[in-house]
Amino acid sequence: MSSVLVFALAGLGLIGLGLYGLLVQRHLLRKVLAFNVISSGIFLLLAGLARRAPGAEPDPVPQAMVLTGIVVAVAATALALAMMLALRSATGRTRLEDHGDED
Amino acid sequence: MPMLLNGADWATALVFVPLLAALACFLVPRAADWLGVLAALLILLATLGLVQDLLSDGPLRVAVGGWGAPLGIDLWADGLSAALLLMTALVGLGVSVYAPGYFAAHPQQQRWFWPLWLLLWTALNGLYLSADLFNLYVMLEVLGLSAAALTALSGSATGLNAAMRYLLVSLLGSAAYLLGVALLYHGYGTVDIALLGQRIEAGAVATTALLVMAAGLLLKTALLPFHFWLPPAHGSAPAPVSALLSALVIKASFYLLLRLWLDLFSGLGGLLAALLPELLGLLGAAAVLWGSVQALRQRRLKLLIAYSTVAQIGYLFLGFPLAGVQAEEVAWRAVLYLALAHGLAKAAMFLSAGNLLQFAGHDRIADLDRAVQRLPLTLTAFVLGGISIMGLPPSGGFVGKWLLLESAFTQGRWGFAIVVLLGGVLAAGYVFKVVGYAFTPTEIAQEGEAVPLRMQWSALLLAFGAILLGFSAPWLWPLLGVGDPFGLPIAEVGAAR
Repeated sequence: MSSVLVFALAGLGLIGLGLYGLLVQRHLLRKVLAFNVISSGIFLLLAGLARRAPGAEPDPVPQAMVLTGIVVAVAATALALAMMLALRSATGRTRLEDHGDED
Repeated sequence: MPMLLNGADWATALVFVPLLAALACFLVPRAADWLGVLAALLILLATLGLVQDLLSDGPLRVAVGGWGAPLGIDLWADGLSAALLLMTALVGLGVSVYAPGYFAAHPQQQRWFWPLWLLLWTALNGLYLSADLFNLYVMLEVLGLSAAALTALSGSATGLNAAMRYLLVSLLGSAAYLLGVALLYHGYGTVDIALLGQRIEAGAVATTALLVMAAGLLLKTALLPFHFWLPPAHGSAPAPVSALLSALVIKASFYLLLRLWLDLFSGLGGLLAALLPELLGLLGAAAVLWGSVQALRQRRLKLLIAYSTVAQIGYLFLGFPLAGVQAEEVAWRAVLYLALAHGLAKAAMFLSAGNLLQFAGHDRIADLDRAVQRLPLTLTAFVLGGISIMGLPPSGGFVGKWLLLESAFTQGRWGFAIVVLLGGVLAAGYVFKVVGYAFTPTEIAQEGEAVPLRMQWSALLLAFGAILLGFSAPWLWPLLGVGDPFGLPIAEVGAAR
């Protein structure tokens, strides 16, 4: 089993796990965490699948992408957590209401 | 007269003006109203400069900072991007003029509206100008985060609930897009769209990338059955924000999907390239019918307009099967006309709804109580917007639907033609439902708050824009052809300049 395959499978596994969590978990904190697991899976794929000729230096571009992606994910997590707290102080709930469109 | 600024300067200004203005509005909230409107005027000026440059010199590629692809991040503008930039600038100016009036009653929200809206504008302009898949991802995230924050601006329980759901959906959508970028980079070693267009070939990598990217962008564009988040978000946001979300934000992810399809995936051939357009067309047709019927059933005005957006998004996807793999240009031009007309008309309708909401303190359709006599300008704006949504001549929506029908008839796709017509009839139904109640007095006469004239006129002028779009073909038609966005792959024309 080549190292690329290991990275790819681990990344896909994390993405699948995160997707499951995002869809199934009801608590918003768990949903936010699940999103972070998905992001980590994608970053692992990005860095792990980067083209590497044997013996040559690793390609720096995916590393730069992962760094940018981490910054974006941190910002998104911060916004999601802030919004979750605002929702809790407004409604006392930490989960989404299913029929929010009917007043 | 020699031009002081060239196309590259205009393109760069389109990203930097809103970004700097966002920072300035954040730092000096007291001057935000003036700064925001000033920035909107500058952006419109820059857009017109860019359009002028494109019309005279053809498509534009800017290597920012002198670093070209594959290392640098290039800006790219052709007819497709220019048309959407122009629509964004017009709607943006209208909403920016409207906003100070609306937020005078909500000073708490005004503090955050301007920085967030200008950041959103930065992301939109950056997205339409970017030629780099990863840069597009960053713009998509800035867009999603600022849009979700704007949705939460009202601070109500419904608004926060909708914004939270919107944020999660939006994050999942861009994560799927990023996964596609990762796969494409793995397969072809570049994220520049032009280079990728040359290198991409049919195979498992391209197919998987297409599937995950399409899924993510469809989620963000709210095509049926991914529309579940849209009505609550667009219906509960403050009126100017609803206008921005419905008119502009939806179009951005649609543009990206269209761009990827035209420049990367449509030429791949194979079973998927043949099946996907048909599937998108069917979902689009279902969205037109289902969204319109839902709109008819709504009791609140803003939700009615939001469901109308679900239906109008469906029209945009009818272009995929009608254009087919052999790039049938007319269908794409029809779709673009519909997107532009919907942007202007839907912004006008949401702003009108905001006026009615401010006037009466509610947006229950049944209690509109002679609004037509008391807010004639606002109702005119709503009806003119509605005319374009229905697709009656001489509006922009009419031109779009006419071209779509023409394309459907020449190919004998009667099913799609019937959906286009039926969608128009249903749209007439929900627009006239509102108008009917606006003429009817309720049993208990209602008091109304005064609505500032700038709020009424900005809605009306946007609605006029949607109608005037029907007369714009002589100069919009050549603009859409700049760089031949619907024909050749991007790389071949990019080398021309």
